[in-house]
Amino acid sequence: MASPVYEKVAELLVEKFGVDESEISPEATFEDLDLDSLDLVEFALAAEEQLGVRISDEEAEQLETLDDTVKLLESKGAKVGGE
Amino acid sequence: MVSSALPAAVTGIGLVTPAGIGRDESWSGVLSGVSPAATDHVLADAGVPVDFDCRVPGFDPVALLGRKAARRLDRFVQLAIVAAREAVADSGLDPATWDATRVGVVIGCGMGGAETWETQHSRMLEHGPARVSPLLIPMLVPNMVAGHLAMEFGAKGPNLVTATACASGATAIGTARDLLRTGACDIVITGGTEAGLTPLAMSGFAQMGALSGRREDPAAASRPFDVDRDGFVAGEAAGILILERPEDARARGARVYGAVRGYGASADAHHETAPDPDGNGAERAIRAALADAGLAPADVDHVNAHGTSTPLNDVAEARTLRRVLGDGFSVTSTKGVTGHTLGAAGAIEAAFSLLTIVHGQVPPTANLESQDPEIELDVVAKAPRDQAVEVVVSNSFGFGGQNAVLVLTRD
Repeated sequence: MASPVYEKVAELLVEKFGVDESEISPEATFEDLDLDSLDLVEFALAAEEQLGVRISDEEAEQLETLDDTVKLLESKGAKVGGE
Repeated sequence: MVSSALPAAVTGIGLVTPAGIGRDESWSGVLSGVSPAATDHVLADAGVPVDFDCRVPGFDPVALLGRKAARRLDRFVQLAIVAAREAVADSGLDPATWDATRVGVVIGCGMGGAETWETQHSRMLEHGPARVSPLLIPMLVPNMVAGHLAMEFGAKGPNLVTATACASGATAIGTARDLLRTGACDIVITGGTEAGLTPLAMSGFAQMGALSGRREDPAAASRPFDVDRDGFVAGEAAGILILERPEDARARGARVYGAVRGYGASADAHHETAPDPDGNGAERAIRAALADAGLAPADVDHVNAHGTSTPLNDVAEARTLRRVLGDGFSVTSTKGVTGHTLGAAGAIEAAFSLLTIVHGQVPPTANLESQDPEIELDVVAKAPRDQAVEVVVSNSFGFGGQNAVLVLTRD
């Protein structure tokens, strides 16, 4: 069962970034999803708004897969609304 | 009359205008003589004193371009890509096989990403600079539209955006023609785009007193040459033409709409926004365009006027046309239907001029009920007029006193 943070990240990628839902998996990299460095900064802003945690530019640069991203967000105490 | 000019053949047309999405839809829209101007709820909700305009009906960026482009591109680029796809497909050229380094892109745009500026500025004021999107700059700079068309079609030749306010689209087409003439390009994707119907921009136009205040009846507000005109109605649009040398178009058996035969440009050096009352700048641009085309004033059959529906423009333009061309030509302003689409206007009007030649039909000037007695022109009103047209003058005059005139011909 995927974590609420993973579900939220997947939802953001589909709704806001126009990623095809079928391409989303824990192993998928931002590159696989056709998201570039500008998208990654935008993603960090969206995560800050919706999950209440801040990802620095340096941290964002290190992110590769969605699994990395979810782990980083969870380690920072990301909370999905209503949880 | 023997012309020394090297004309450019127009082999593709793409239009996304308030009259419709697509060349045929836009053409039937302007022939109908019915203005689609309507109350714009974004403007009304923001309390903008002029809360109506001419939007492209049913333009759905997600459906037309996908979610990624809908998010990453400002609307002025989205409109241009849809119009350019139509134009390139219409030309029969294949971007997979053309010599990309010989394909140029020249697009006119007055304002760039107005919507992006405003959204991100509000975000900064509300949430601080750290929340400003990294896409702000790539989305708003006006030249990005030419950059995106290069990426879309793999066009690697000269690539630029022209900004001469409401003349930008015509300036772009003239500049594109010159790139063929000098041999710098074999094909040029050219035209104009604008999407600036934002609360801030519309407040600015309203504060200038440039806009019609006919809030109670928006569809009757854009009425070029009418005695009751009171300002322009702002619109958004994109119009794209594909230009090639006539011999290249012939050699590949392309369908040719007509030619960009003459281009003339000038400056008023008079005032930021008011036209020179003597019309000297406009007159020089028209004369230069005709000389460039190797044609005489008497050769002109039809004028697609700048005709913005402002009290000052229409009377000054009429006087200039009488002085330079005399009489014996019909006049229309398609802005009665489309509104004033600013940086796109010169491009969509060049397209309408070519379609007038091809179809032998002059679109009527919408809402022209009682022609201003100071305007002594044969303005087409009420219904399309059947007329065999060989030579059209298309006028565009920009704030800043920048004038760009195109001469479009059958061949």
